[in-house]
Amino acid sequence: MPAEFHLKDAGYEYRLISRRIYFAGMIMFLLVLLIVIRVFFLQVVMHDHFTTLSQHNRVKIQPIAPIRGLIFSSDGVLLANNRPSFSLEIVPEQVKKIDRTINELSSLITIESKDIERFKKQIKKKHRFISVPLKYNLSDDEVAKLSVNRHRYPGVEVVAGLNRFYPLAEKLAHVSGYVGVINEEELVTLDTSNYKGTSHIGKLGAEQAYEGLLHGKVGHRQVEVNATGRIIRVLDRTAPVSGKNIFLTLDVSLQNLAVEALTDKRGAIVALDPEDGSVLALVSSPGYDPNPFVNGIDSKSYNKLLGSKDAPLLNRALQGKYPAGSTIKPFLGLGALDYGLRNLLDETWCQGWYSLKGSKHRYRDWKKQGHGHTNLVNAIAQSCDVYFYSLAHEMGIDRINEVLDKFGFGRKTNIDIIGEVAGLNPSREWKRRTYGQAWFPGETLIVGIGQGSSLVTPIHLAVATAAIANRGKLVQPHLYANARDSISNEIVDQYVQTEVEGIDIQDLEHWQQIIDSMTEVMHGARGTARRYGKGAAYKMAGKTGTAQVIAIAQDEEYKKEEVAEEFRDHALFIAFAPVDDPKIALAIIVENGGSGSSAAAPIARRLFDHYLRVK
Amino acid sequence: MEERSLSQRLHLDIPLLFGLLLLCAVGLMVLYSAGGQDAALIYRQAMRMGLAMLLMFMIAQISPARLARLSLGVYLLGICLLALVLLTGEIGKGAQRWLNLGIIRFQPSELMKLALPMLLAWFFADNHLPPSLSRIFYATIIIVIPVLLIAKQPDLGTSILVAAAGFSILFVAGVSWKLITGFSLTAALSTPVLWYFMHDYQKQRVLTLLDPEKDPLGSGYHIIQSKIAIGSGGLYGKGWLNGTQSHLEFLPERSTDFIFAVFCEEFGLMGVLLLVCIYMFIIIRGLYISLNAQNTFGRLLGTGLTLTFFVYVFVNMGMVIGQLPVVGVPLPLISHGGTSMVTLMIAFGVLMAIHTHRRLLSD
Repeated sequence: MPAEFHLKDAGYEYRLISRRIYFAGMIMFLLVLLIVIRVFFLQVVMHDHFTTLSQHNRVKIQPIAPIRGLIFSSDGVLLANNRPSFSLEIVPEQVKKIDRTINELSSLITIESKDIERFKKQIKKKHRFISVPLKYNLSDDEVAKLSVNRHRYPGVEVVAGLNRFYPLAEKLAHVSGYVGVINEEELVTLDTSNYKGTSHIGKLGAEQAYEGLLHGKVGHRQVEVNATGRIIRVLDRTAPVSGKNIFLTLDVSLQNLAVEALTDKRGAIVALDPEDGSVLALVSSPGYDPNPFVNGIDSKSYNKLLGSKDAPLLNRALQGKYPAGSTIKPFLGLGALDYGLRNLLDETWCQGWYSLKGSKHRYRDWKKQGHGHTNLVNAIAQSCDVYFYSLAHEMGIDRINEVLDKFGFGRKTNIDIIGEVAGLNPSREWKRRTYGQAWFPGETLIVGIGQGSSLVTPIHLAVATAAIANRGKLVQPHLYANARDSISNEIVDQYVQTEVEGIDIQDLEHWQQIIDSMTEVMHGARGTARRYGKGAAYKMAGKTGTAQVIAIAQDEEYKKEEVAEEFRDHALFIAFAPVDDPKIALAIIVENGGSGSSAAAPIARRLFDHYLRVK
Repeated sequence: MEERSLSQRLHLDIPLLFGLLLLCAVGLMVLYSAGGQDAALIYRQAMRMGLAMLLMFMIAQISPARLARLSLGVYLLGICLLALVLLTGEIGKGAQRWLNLGIIRFQPSELMKLALPMLLAWFFADNHLPPSLSRIFYATIIIVIPVLLIAKQPDLGTSILVAAAGFSILFVAGVSWKLITGFSLTAALSTPVLWYFMHDYQKQRVLTLLDPEKDPLGSGYHIIQSKIAIGSGGLYGKGWLNGTQSHLEFLPERSTDFIFAVFCEEFGLMGVLLLVCIYMFIIIRGLYISLNAQNTFGRLLGTGLTLTFFVYVFVNMGMVIGQLPVVGVPLPLISHGGTSMVTLMIAFGVLMAIHTHRRLLSD
């Protein structure tokens, strides 16, 4: 203490301290007032604002995904199903030692390292009380093993869900398509509010085309959550609306038969109802199993499919482009009649080859010795090339292009599933545009027998065939028949036939003449497919085709046995039946199958027999 | 000499005791809601309150004169313990605050909240007032040493409280207004220097106060959620046990430092006014006791302790309503936890001693 002396004035000190205490009291009062004012501001002035924020904090909307509609065939066979599936899930919060638990589970069932990897990635991203799948699609055996040991692993659960399943697998993959996990590109275009909670979306085929009907409407529940996101209680619930069940026009028994006919072959079959374009069968062989695609196919299997020489992922029916070969002849024949270039019985002399004036090049007929005097009926029935060389020459490329265009050659058919490509209907203009060259007269002859630059797709060939069968109606092929409510089974939506303009020709009798000519193919004494028309209870009309894959030199002869498999001719066949009231029209292509009459025509007979007996 | 009442013989101040008991009751009620209706938690807190009340009662028996004689020793012990904490203390929540005495863990900084005002009151009472410049200088050193030691732990909240206790006595002792003005200006000007010495997390808290929306899920989260809780409470509150912000765990530290937000959410502005009234009642009673203290030591110490109590309330409420940076200061007698409660109750014991030993001294 300092030693200096001061008089201690108690009265003065008391007054000094008192003043200071009063002053401090005042300051405190003011400060408390400030706090009260601030609280007043927050609680009264800003009350509504903070009430909204508080509601926003605690109430969350949770989507409930609708159940996807099923897909059926016209004969009621289930084509795409929702199958209960079991997955092994772990709630990280409830498991103390995750690594040890996974190890122990691995001794019960096989858990692949990629599953563990994905699991570990996911648990980092999610709340600890949300269960994370460790393994999908458990087998019954695995479910049993896990269930027995359940008491040993709290927090480890076998969870039931729905998994899209395609019972017909590779037989129908190109029609049904498949669903897959929604990717980022799809997220951009999606109606995201309706897809909240949905993990899968149709990627291809009917699944893709009728996604809107199949998906249904999302439901939701309002839940109260706490700060960590855990649900405390459900405040409100709106049930989802299941997707509609889709019925296709497809006839599964016919489809199966067609698939069987193309077993171990590459090719495509399209069968239509010529009246309205309903697709009765659509096969691209080989097919592939769409089921692994649902939850993501592993890259090894995918690469195997991609790398396969047989290109199973290619939908040949819609995307395969082939030379039409002789199947083009009925269409050109109709052109000949329509343009008045030929009468039905006008004859052309066939000596086995044809040459243009002033040229030594011989355009050969498939029949070396020639067909002799040939009229249109015989030319189609026996597939005389020389008749059509001569006809094509007279018709010229412009009129050929015109008549083929009437039948939709070179254009898409606009079938209701994605992936279709257009064939090619060559013209002078096309050649100039593509090659910058003029059209050569020789090319016209080649196009006249369906070779050269002219290309068709099986689906289009079927539609064009149907147009002959129904005498000029170029129908739009479609797989969709109707959609029904999943509960009441009432039809809620139906395919609406788009108005098609008929193919306009001078004399309707010409249709009959072409149909008669095609009937001769099946039933005539020298018809190229007479073997397969024999003994049928109904009459059918058809046309064989054999499309060259490689050019044969002038002095060479094509011998099937000497040519490597992938260079052998494609076998084609178009047909419809019964002739007087066509119920089915089809196009068949067997890649490298050899001749249309031997490789493709027998398939048509089998399909007709089956379909027409059933009907 | 008139007959002494029972309360005076027991050295209890009935109005103060009444205010404290009321506050404790409100505290237990709010804590029951904020702590997730955990009866065991309430039981433990009530036990602590009882223990602290017992300590208050015991301290109230010691005469202020005796406290004055003890003050220097207690202060020096406190400084030693603070130094010890920095050397060997236990780390809790990233700061070294605790000294493990085997049976109990103990925060020497709490001791300093009492020791510093006691020493200063004794120091100033010993000589004439207003104090000379040299005495003010010594007093400042007495204040700054423990404040720096505590700030170093780091425990900003407690160091503020200790400094507040010290400077409030300096103020009441009658430091001239010129000096106060000069000191305030110096403090304001040295803010940038202070900023330089602050820990990153402390700087963050100040920045967060200025703009909590900048990092709503990080450092701003406390303040934003707290404001939502208060604001959504409205005039009458959501009702006891009905606060969504607190019960759904959006509000962090809801049973400790941010319990005032829970209170605001559930009881609204009306509740806040009532609570403020209880606090003001206690503070006014404290000031009344100080005013009527028999000697300068009692007046200074009583005022210092009362002002410290007020700073507790003000800093905590100011922080919860988003007007002050987030510092770890509990809401007295309501926040969960025993340490500060024991210190506060001892302080009220001292106040009661100042009030009830007066006539005894005059004998």
